[in-house]
Amino acid sequence: MTDIAIRAENLSKKYHIIPERKPRYRTLRDQIANGIIRLPARAMRGMGKARSGEDDNARFGRDYIWALRNVSFEIKRGEIVGLIGRNGAGKSTLLKVLTRITEPTKGVVDLFGRVGSLLEVGTGFHKELTGRENVYLNGAILGMRKVEIDRKFDEIVAFAEVEKFINTPVKFYSSGMTVRLAFAVAAHLEPEILLVDEVLAVGDASFQRKSLSKMEDVGKHGRTVIFVSHHMPSITRLCERAYLLEGGEIIRTGPAHEVVAEYLSTNLGTSSSKCWEDLRRAPGDETVRLRGVRVKNQQGETAYTHDIRRPIGIEMEYEVLTSGTVLVPYFTLHNEEEVWLFTSIDTDPQWRSRPRPAGRYTSTAWIPGNLLAEGTLLAAAGIRTEEPHINHFYEQDVVAFQVVESPDRDTARMEWAGKISGVIRPFLTWETDLSR
Amino acid sequence: MARAFKSQAVPILSTEVPPHIRIQPSKGWVPLQFRELWLYRELLYFLTWRDVLIRYKQTILGALWAILQPVMQMVVFSLFFGRLANMPSEGIPYPIFNYAALLPWNYFAGALLNSSNSLVTSSNLITKVYFPRLIVPISSALSGIVDFAIAFVVLLGMMIYYNSDPASGFQLRFGLHILLMPAFLLLALVTALGVSLWLSALNVKYRDVRYVIPFLTQFWLFATPVIYPSSLVENPFWRTVFGLNPMVGVVEGFRWALLGTTPPGPMMLVSTVVAVAIFISGLFYFRRMEKTFADVI
Repeated sequence: MTDIAIRAENLSKKYHIIPERKPRYRTLRDQIANGIIRLPARAMRGMGKARSGEDDNARFGRDYIWALRNVSFEIKRGEIVGLIGRNGAGKSTLLKVLTRITEPTKGVVDLFGRVGSLLEVGTGFHKELTGRENVYLNGAILGMRKVEIDRKFDEIVAFAEVEKFINTPVKFYSSGMTVRLAFAVAAHLEPEILLVDEVLAVGDASFQRKSLSKMEDVGKHGRTVIFVSHHMPSITRLCERAYLLEGGEIIRTGPAHEVVAEYLSTNLGTSSSKCWEDLRRAPGDETVRLRGVRVKNQQGETAYTHDIRRPIGIEMEYEVLTSGTVLVPYFTLHNEEEVWLFTSIDTDPQWRSRPRPAGRYTSTAWIPGNLLAEGTLLAAAGIRTEEPHINHFYEQDVVAFQVVESPDRDTARMEWAGKISGVIRPFLTWETDLSR
Repeated sequence: MARAFKSQAVPILSTEVPPHIRIQPSKGWVPLQFRELWLYRELLYFLTWRDVLIRYKQTILGALWAILQPVMQMVVFSLFFGRLANMPSEGIPYPIFNYAALLPWNYFAGALLNSSNSLVTSSNLITKVYFPRLIVPISSALSGIVDFAIAFVVLLGMMIYYNSDPASGFQLRFGLHILLMPAFLLLALVTALGVSLWLSALNVKYRDVRYVIPFLTQFWLFATPVIYPSSLVENPFWRTVFGLNPMVGVVEGFRWALLGTTPPGPMMLVSTVVAVAIFISGLFYFRRMEKTFADVI
């Protein structure tokens, strides 16, 4: 038995775009305009025409796009692979091809195992039906057998926390309850290959936590999962590997945290180092100018991705042009939501209140491990003088880096699986005494 | 039991060896994949069950509608055609003559309407989850059988009523031909489904179909001996040609099986052949168009 679960070769998908003002479907009127006689033949040819696209192109010009171009990959049994990329990069199209909802235009996919897909929560839910009826209907739609649903029914209802309303029509449910029930059914799907689109972002925070840990369980049971999400922390937490899609192509594959880092840095336009070759154009004034800023690890290597447990160094290199000024370098740190985490001022006693001779300096601030929460962080660097007050420069969003959680259980996360709120995540010492 | 399924579609339900599914572009006519359809039979059941459950939700009269509709039609037809126009009815009371034909006709017309629109109304399923698309029109066509069964009870009541009235000219006749009734219902299903397979697939691309169906059923009703007896067409040759409308065979078969009117004869064969031809061509056309549904709908 092969250990490959999914193999795709040169997968391409062409979509026809009918110009905006036209409806997506055609009316016979359009067809009549093109000749009544050809009508039956045209209707028959259907997809044949759409595939070659000749007729349409002649009429509308270039009106198709390749949503996927020559995508090839192999996923091993038991792997959890994340699929990331901007909107329109082809993620959803790839999932639709893999789930057989739509056919590829070119290429071959081999799937070894029972396939389950979850492209939407609550597909086929009917508001007039009761919770119980919807569980069966939705389960059947997702590919579960009746005996399987019978067996898991209580578990599903308990997971969704709707026990009391299970015989009430879903139209009387709150939207949260509906979504919980729908997710609960999907979460109990047990195929060998699971294809999941952005569906974890449902329900309130506590339910999301539960959903995410359920997904982690799925991974532990040796199932192969392809997981599409825009939520990078859940990609790095759930997936070992990730594919970055852009313009219908896989442009990067590798360990999830690296691919995520690349995606974020290209997306933010900020990387983990920045330097100014031409000092005259660098931030600063006649006293001091910034040469460069970088984020480094303990080994001194410039790095974008950092283990949550390890110290992170932010280093600035600057040129003091005029001797005799007291300089105070400082950093500020912001997260993705633009929350200002902290400001850190140079604490090195060596240069405290001491005028500096001209020359090239390097100052590094070390952020201890187990302090920042996972996520993307942006740093700003500045140098000021206090007496008289001068801000020589303050360069915002100069470097970015990412803090990632490792799957080992020795971080401040401990056994907690879901989202942990808070902008920092210190690893604190706890003491617990049994008093009686 | 290693099975490698070569062509595109394959099962999700067998257990021992992980099934192998190969996805690749298909060209032209594609196999019908009955095997896969069979594997998804539970989904067919659940979708039919859903249609039945929601049909009369949020109505005051509920399932009574299944009786009211044909009964009201029967009353109107009996009044205008039976009384005023003195339409012949093969020696049996016009109401029962008409009602026995309205049952399969209404089933047919309902199945045709629901089934032809089924893909469009299930577009949320079609764009979000894979299953053999044939299940959608089939389940829509099947769900009407419940209405048929409810309305059939009224027919039984009418048969008993007219039987007890010797002046009515109607007599219950028991015989093996009664057992053929389900076969005629099946023929109505095959016809409705055959036409719906064509129309539902076309409807995905051309929404005009939705507006065509009411006309189609209206004309078709007049082309079918529901309000008049087929004996109005006397020439045996033209009677056989009349059978090209499969519903002629269905309606005549129904009357013969239940009311003991003239047996349909060779037109029955013509109707069956035509119905099966529409059905099989519909299956293939549907399968051919199926792959575009999710992209166009």
